Amino acid sequence: MLDQLLQFLVTGITVGSTYALVGLGFALIYNASDVVNFAQGEFVMLGAMTAIALLAAGLPLPLAAGVATLLTVLVGLLLERFAIEPALGAPVVTTIIITIGAAIFLRGVAMLLWGKDFHSLPAFSGTTPIQLGGATLLPQSLWVLGLTVLLVTLVRAFLNRTLLGKALLACSFNRAAAQLVGINVRVMLRLAYGLSAGLGALAGILIAPITFSSYEAGVMLGLKGFSAAIVGGIGNPMGAVVGGLLLGVLESLGAGLLSSGYKDAIAFVFVLMVLFFEPTGLFGHKVAERV
Amino acid sequence: MRLAGLYACAAVAAALPILFPDNYFVTVVGISAGIRVILAVGLNLLMGYAGQISLGHAAFFGMGAYASAILTTRHAWPALLAMAAGLAVVGASAWLLARPILRLRGHYLAMATLGFGIIVHVVMVQATRWTGGPDGLAGIPPLNLLGWSVDTDLRWYGVVMAATLLAVWLSLNLADSQVGRALRAVHGSEFAARMLGIDTGRAKTRIFVVSALFAAFAGSLFAHQQGFVSPDSFNLIVSVELVTMVVLGGMASTFGAACGAIALTLLHEGLVVFEDYEMLIHGALLMAVMIFLPQGLFVGLSQATRRLWRAARRGG
Repeated sequence: MLDQLLQFLVTGITVGSTYALVGLGFALIYNASDVVNFAQGEFVMLGAMTAIALLAAGLPLPLAAGVATLLTVLVGLLLERFAIEPALGAPVVTTIIITIGAAIFLRGVAMLLWGKDFHSLPAFSGTTPIQLGGATLLPQSLWVLGLTVLLVTLVRAFLNRTLLGKALLACSFNRAAAQLVGINVRVMLRLAYGLSAGLGALAGILIAPITFSSYEAGVMLGLKGFSAAIVGGIGNPMGAVVGGLLLGVLESLGAGLLSSGYKDAIAFVFVLMVLFFEPTGLFGHKVAERV
Repeated sequence: MRLAGLYACAAVAAALPILFPDNYFVTVVGISAGIRVILAVGLNLLMGYAGQISLGHAAFFGMGAYASAILTTRHAWPALLAMAAGLAVVGASAWLLARPILRLRGHYLAMATLGFGIIVHVVMVQATRWTGGPDGLAGIPPLNLLGWSVDTDLRWYGVVMAATLLAVWLSLNLADSQVGRALRAVHGSEFAARMLGIDTGRAKTRIFVVSALFAAFAGSLFAHQQGFVSPDSFNLIVSVELVTMVVLGGMASTFGAACGAIALTLLHEGLVVFEDYEMLIHGALLMAVMIFLPQGLFVGLSQATRRLWRAARRGG
């Protein structure tokens, strides 16, 4: 029983890491623009699918992963320039629909490029499972965990230690004030989109050897990432990471102990419960309404 | 005068099958457009007037449809009684859900409604014993109104159009009632509305329930008309489409929502010829409309025409 629990925990943390990376992307974009980017999951899908396609075209894996990430960053920048910037300051519903439109569009492009089949990426370093107490661990899980820790640390250091990162944070607190002290808000916006597209793509490439990828793979991943960001309190990057891990573990425990068919329902029941008791997430700012 | 638009719609709805008898676009597309108009008009009450987003409205649509499907096929209930039971179940669930969920704002509300929609969809797929699982339920009998069986396309067209006009009429009246004005105040500023003595929690709860009932009613009609329900008709994409209809037509306008629903139905029919490109074009159009006509097609275009008309009169 204990071994089983350990196994669920390991699986949950692996999957939760992906949610954490996607959630981090949500938080970054929300900070810079007050927009929840529903195309975030499509970045994950694009990263994975492009890497798979490049690998099939003969590129070595590290190069394929790198190029795929860069291409996804480019897509993120294009999205920002042509769909978000023209609608800056629009109501929440409008921006939600624009990004949903973008998500459908990107899914449509992916379907044309790669069809409706499932594709898979080979594991980075073999598939011989590692014994960990009574649980088994795939080497790919170690890659996911290691790189997630690395990426989250880097993003954290970037936000807290570098001038550029601090400028990005300043935008999230007060955009007008940030502009007044000489921060170029538009550049920050592009930075946020580029960064979160890159994070999404990397998350997609990391998880692709474990779960399969298809043109639709981004939908659920994007929603789980959004849930992670919301559970953590939207706009709180580290809250999103914690939210993602929590979600992954709970989902895995729920699937293992209760019913695997209800996995997604369990995740969202958890999200609803959090919101009913903490309407601004676990680590969110308590905002008073201005009259 | 206030209901002139409604009468015009009624006239068009009645004239179409006479002008184009046995036309696929009237009797088949028209029925599906009608059902979507009911859904969009109901959602608009919540989104357009009260300013509360719901990304899970397909759940109520589905609950209405499944209630009718399960009660008529498994327990042989008469259709109307099943429909009433479905409305009661949906009304009660919406009422229970309303208080905790409508305390949330903006993106948190979007998340919560989205989550609710997904939970209901998962239950539809997984609770095979009641719902038939992913395969759905078939063999739902046609609607029977006091012995008059609705079993031809033309009869269905008549019933759905009557239901649609009823929904539009209800929505127009609600929007202009005291409830409607209270909701618009909530939309403007919830805090200010509370200062004016409006019980905002109660106002929001009521409209959430009404909006869910519209969806359940549409769901029941849908189940009987199709004769078959499956979870695919009530997934997240459907919820998103419903929101799109309301925003596409123009928020806080009953006719706007109706136009949005009709426009999106026709778009789907039109895009079928593009096959694989359908998704791509659909996404691009959504983005384009929201970027260039943020008030929506109906409201944006009607404002533009009004401006042109005024300019023309001044010029002449």
